[in-house]
Amino acid sequence: MFDDKKINEIKSSVDQWEKEVVEKSISRFPERKEKFTTGSNIEVNRLYTPVDVNELNYNEDLGLPGEYPFTRGVQSTMYRGRLWTMRQYAGFASAEESNGRYKYLLEQGQTGLSVAFDLPTQIGYDSDDGLSEGEVGKVGVAIDSLKDMETLFDGIPLDKVSTSMTINAPASVLLAMYIAVAEKQGVSKEKLRGTIQNDILKEYIARGTYIFPPEPSMRLITNIFEYCSKEVPGWNTISISGYHIREAGSTASQEVAFTLADGIAYVEAAIKAGLDVDDFAPRLSFFFNAHNDLLEEVAKYRAARRLWAKIMKERFNAKNSKSMQLKFHTQTAGSTLTAQQPDNNIIRVTIQTLAAVLGGTQSLHTNSRDEALALPTEDSVRIALRTQQIVAHESGVTETIDPLAGSYYIENLTNKIEEEALRYIESIDELGGAPKAIEKGYIQKEIQNAAYRYQMEVESLDRIVVGVNKFKIEETDKKELLKVDKTVEISQKEKLKVLRSERNNEDVEKALNTLKEKANTQENLMPFILDAVKTYATLGEICNVLREVFGEYQQSVIL
Amino acid sequence: MDKPIRVLVAKPGLDGHDRGAKVIARALRDAGMEVIYTGLRQTPEQIVAAAIQEDVDAIGMSILSGAHNHLFPKVVNLLKEQGVDDVLIVGGGVIPEDDIPFLIESGVEAVFTPGTPTKDVVDFITNNLKR
Repeated sequence: MFDDKKINEIKSSVDQWEKEVVEKSISRFPERKEKFTTGSNIEVNRLYTPVDVNELNYNEDLGLPGEYPFTRGVQSTMYRGRLWTMRQYAGFASAEESNGRYKYLLEQGQTGLSVAFDLPTQIGYDSDDGLSEGEVGKVGVAIDSLKDMETLFDGIPLDKVSTSMTINAPASVLLAMYIAVAEKQGVSKEKLRGTIQNDILKEYIARGTYIFPPEPSMRLITNIFEYCSKEVPGWNTISISGYHIREAGSTASQEVAFTLADGIAYVEAAIKAGLDVDDFAPRLSFFFNAHNDLLEEVAKYRAARRLWAKIMKERFNAKNSKSMQLKFHTQTAGSTLTAQQPDNNIIRVTIQTLAAVLGGTQSLHTNSRDEALALPTEDSVRIALRTQQIVAHESGVTETIDPLAGSYYIENLTNKIEEEALRYIESIDELGGAPKAIEKGYIQKEIQNAAYRYQMEVESLDRIVVGVNKFKIEETDKKELLKVDKTVEISQKEKLKVLRSERNNEDVEKALNTLKEKANTQENLMPFILDAVKTYATLGEICNVLREVFGEYQQSVIL
Repeated sequence: MDKPIRVLVAKPGLDGHDRGAKVIARALRDAGMEVIYTGLRQTPEQIVAAAIQEDVDAIGMSILSGAHNHLFPKVVNLLKEQGVDDVLIVGGGVIPEDDIPFLIESGVEAVFTPGTPTKDVVDFITNNLKR
């Protein structure tokens, strides 16, 4: 951005400053550490100057908001036009209780819903399945059939809210249930707005709620892409997630790399299934983590946007500029929350919120202070939502677009993260793409190494975690925690019993048989799943039919 | 020299959070123990069968889904039913303080919550073996 003469001048004055000023100062007052690094172990210099961003070409590398390569944001006015969607991930116990929490959050000014399902639902087991014992309603709401889904959204007009559902392996089934509930409310499919996570690759890598092997899983995903591009055009058909990869211990660059590598695999699968890239790519969305290293995180989001735009344009020849836009949801980092002095987590979440907003997120979930201990109480959730509202309305960071751009450090770090991520993507390409790299355990191993290194740094005090390895206190006061009682499991089982006796079981069987038959063909399964859901076939019944045809994924255990 | 300590690190239930389990597994291995890691989604029956087959000295279970009160005691009881009484059982994860007394009473000998240094786990296992 500067001419050679200017750069040389700056270089020599920096050299002189290092020798004459800094050295003298260090000899009297040594710096705190030998080496300074980001939260992800990228080395940080003492000072950044134009010399460090010398290669940057403004128009090519940064451009303008809403324009390729979208480094500065995907919308032309960003938060001056509309703030991000404040979307708290919530759901626990029964559909009735979760419905109550959603209504509470909407009353508090939340602008979109985000549904958390319990583990049996996420893995396609009914609440009365033996494997569900002890897990029903624990980490989210239990949904066994369309009946539960009707209760979950009772009194919430589905043409007025956008709903994000954290569901992966059985995403098609839950999406079908959502469409069916909307129909009953008199809302047509075209009016539905929302997102399903639907990202199976990161389940194999980091999150663990897989059901089927990769091939049929990828088919279900491309079926959804195709179906929604025609029938539910306002739906984001996948949320390609780095969040859980980071939670599992990856670095910031790895988070970008492995997420985009997964994204590449989905695009390739859809193209292979005969779809045109510009028909589905505009509905791809992403999901990233927000950690504590504020500036590194901002650089991470910017790097991810630029890299994805290039991949879509250069590798996949996308023509529609919407296909090149990396739109993303952010969640603050659960793994950075401490069980010790939990109120300190409010401050961590504030820093992470700033990171997400300065990085240009489209929507945000802020974690609650008590989540290293249990599911959050209503009070804690309100503080978390208020954190977003304070950043939105009081901090001033929303008044201009991409305010940290042009900082020598931010631009240098954005370049570095992009380079590191690109190197990883090249290694994954060499292994044959993300699915192959997962099968070989390459991605998992890289993440585990980073997670272990971090833990050792904390234990050796190379990394300070306030309240955990420094500034500790004796904690005696009892914390108010949310408890999910055992009656949820009992009442879900009871509801299932009633459902199975009251529905038309002939219709159920017929729909399930048709689904099974179609699963053995190449046809798009979405319409048949929708038919089955409408007969009140349960989630478990539908997934079991598919298990019979597709088989189940066997995890490759790597230590 | 003593026979190395053998530990089964297990993930009972449907929970997929395995960062902690894997970090602990590696720390135990670095401390000289022989570690077998089960992978995800193990039923209590599978965990007990693996513990017996591998002839382990200790089982370390990790749950972050809230199902600990159900699953930890189940493993303890199944082991007892099999007549195994020389295996140390410990657990960890996102476990509210209020639940810990119940788990200890059920036969889990230590519960490690977030923020525990891996060294504490290594020391506890080393000092509380039943063989």
